[in-house]
Amino acid sequence: MSTPVVFDAATRVYPGSTTPAVDSLDLEVRAGEFLVLVGPSGCGKSTSLRMLAGLEDVTSGAIRIGERDVTHLRPKDRDIAMVFQSYALYPHLTVGENMGFALKIAGLSKAEITARVTDAAKVLDLEPYLDRKPKALSGGQRQRVAMGRAIVREPQVFLMDEPLSNLDAKLRVSTRTQIAALQRRLGITTVYVTHDQVEAMTMGDRVAVLKDGILQQVAAPLELYDKPANAFVAGFIGSPAMNLGTFRVEDGAAVIGEARVPLPRTATAALTESEVVLGFRPEALEMVAGYAPDAFAVEVLVAEELGSEAFLYGTLEGASLRDPQLVAKVAPRSVPPKGSRVHFRILPDRMHVFSPATGEALPTA
Amino acid sequence: MSRRPRGRDERSLGASVALHATLLTATAIALFPVLWVFLASIKPQNAIQSSKVTLIDHPTLENYRHVLFDTSFPTWFLNSVVVAVFTMVIGMAMSATAGYALSRFNFPGKRGLMWVFLITQMFPVAILIVPIYSIMASLNLIDTKASLVIAYCTVAVPFCTWMLRGYFDTIPRDLDEAAALDGLGPFKTFWYVILPLARPGLAVTAFYTFLTAWGEVAYAIAFILSDKKLTLGAGLQQFVPQFNPQWDLLTAGAVLIMLPASLVFYFAQRHLVAGLTAGGTKG
Ligand SMILES: Nc1ncnc2c1ncn2[C@@H]1O[C@H](COP(=O)(O)OP(=O)(O)OP(=O)(O)O)[C@@H](O)[C@H]1O
Ligand SMILES: [Mg+2]
Repeated sequence: MSTPVVFDAATRVYPGSTTPAVDSLDLEVRAGEFLVLVGPSGCGKSTSLRMLAGLEDVTSGAIRIGERDVTHLRPKDRDIAMVFQSYALYPHLTVGENMGFALKIAGLSKAEITARVTDAAKVLDLEPYLDRKPKALSGGQRQRVAMGRAIVREPQVFLMDEPLSNLDAKLRVSTRTQIAALQRRLGITTVYVTHDQVEAMTMGDRVAVLKDGILQQVAAPLELYDKPANAFVAGFIGSPAMNLGTFRVEDGAAVIGEARVPLPRTATAALTESEVVLGFRPEALEMVAGYAPDAFAVEVLVAEELGSEAFLYGTLEGASLRDPQLVAKVAPRSVPPKGSRVHFRILPDRMHVFSPATGEALPTA
Repeated sequence: MSRRPRGRDERSLGASVALHATLLTATAIALFPVLWVFLASIKPQNAIQSSKVTLIDHPTLENYRHVLFDTSFPTWFLNSVVVAVFTMVIGMAMSATAGYALSRFNFPGKRGLMWVFLITQMFPVAILIVPIYSIMASLNLIDTKASLVIAYCTVAVPFCTWMLRGYFDTIPRDLDEAAALDGLGPFKTFWYVILPLARPGLAVTAFYTFLTAWGEVAYAIAFILSDKKLTLGAGLQQFVPQFNPQWDLLTAGAVLIMLPASLVFYFAQRHLVAGLTAGGTKG
């Protein structure tokens, strides 16, 4: 019974601005899916969500919920519920009244409202607080009330705009899993906005990455991680971030300091410039003892030993990356000391190659 | 000898005495005229005007009996209540809806409207009486309570609209949006969400509109011709003929006039609580 949502070239240009905040967004959210919209601040995530909610006009294009074209419907006619970043609880109503408010407006019977509110309160551990006003709740409890207000509605679509950003780190992690589990159980199509790529990776069935109002890639979390469509997605997804750098190409190999790193033939064939953008995740680096033609030297600046894993931060000799430091994942408990000089090579099948002109991924196989 | 450090809520004895003395003096100065009128109102008529200054002199309620039963005071009082209550209700309804529109919606002429509201407040009543009189005359409203209600609304509504708009602006827009998603249109949002949260602003508006009408004299004298239709401010003038002010009636009347205004203030101030919107949104 869940409903798909479609953005069809949906565009939003704010009055007084020339560039669209959301530019021709084509996105299909499958029925019952948990889709995460992620991207850096100001990329248009909230705007996209608010267009779907009906809080923001659609300048051009269309939005459909199921079979209905809702592009010009008022928010109240769209059958969606939203959890705001600020929670937006009604301060003058108790927790129970907050949760039952939409039902009361919809004209449900008192008994029905009480039943649904009690159910939701049970699910969210809010039963002891039903008679309190929001100001007498902690941040985490308010967040749950906001969730409760959405779920009692049993809407066709849930929208959430950074609902966890006001919580402390620990609560964020536990609430994250609770929300994801709740959504799976209810099976209601959900669009979730966050700027936190860890949240995106852990919660979403699929993740849509936005930048400057333009959709970069939509894919399942692991696919996004393994096959980023462009250098932006590659650098944005993953923590610590992927190492990215622009290098000269000579005879089908990238020149990294003294090393010559052979590029896949498919990539060099597609390359039109004499430079290439290479990306390699920290775990795609292998430490080599002594000389190897494709190994480059790194001077260790910081070693982070976490017990189960360890990261080296260092500078690349004779070449530079986008970030000032290279990050490499190394075996724990035998980490080279700070100031030492080590050699790394990129595992060939773990290398990402991007066009320096467009940033698009080049075929590696 | 070591002294206990002073807590943040404590004062030295000297500071405390000075503070309280100052406050008491200020209170006494502020209250004295009111007290004096009250004391005069319970003196016999001849004692009020005697050159001997006394606080209490043969206290009596005779002045009150006189003003309540032998004059038109009760009629005027009722007229004033009707005019003030209508001004309050109509003025609040108009300024709350206008303030909400100005706070939440964009419409052509919005800036112009705000300027008009601001500028009309700058005209003194003395200048406005004549033009408003001729408008009332052409509408056949002279010598009716409606003329006063309308005139008082022209005074109160622009100010109250500005004030309420400012108050509505402090209510987070997220709440409007949450209400929209919960199925409320603009009118229901206004009624169920905005108004309950604007209680303090509405209380001040109520008090202000009531007072605007309650104590007003100039319009009342100009627009009301028959004695039976006068309001209090205008009626009491009759107790002060040029050569023979009837201080007994005037003081007793003045004390009675204060009662409804105090009552309205009492109910209004109970709504003057801070932090109504606390807890709804964060950040
Ligand atoms: N009301 C508005 N008027 C004009 N421009 C706006 C308005 N709201 C947002 N913008 C612009 O639209 C762009 C996208 O904003 P949006 O709020 O969607 O970003 P976001 O991805 O949600 O960012 P964040 O993670 O910081 O919340 C930004 O450049 C912003 O400046
Ligand atoms: Mg946002």
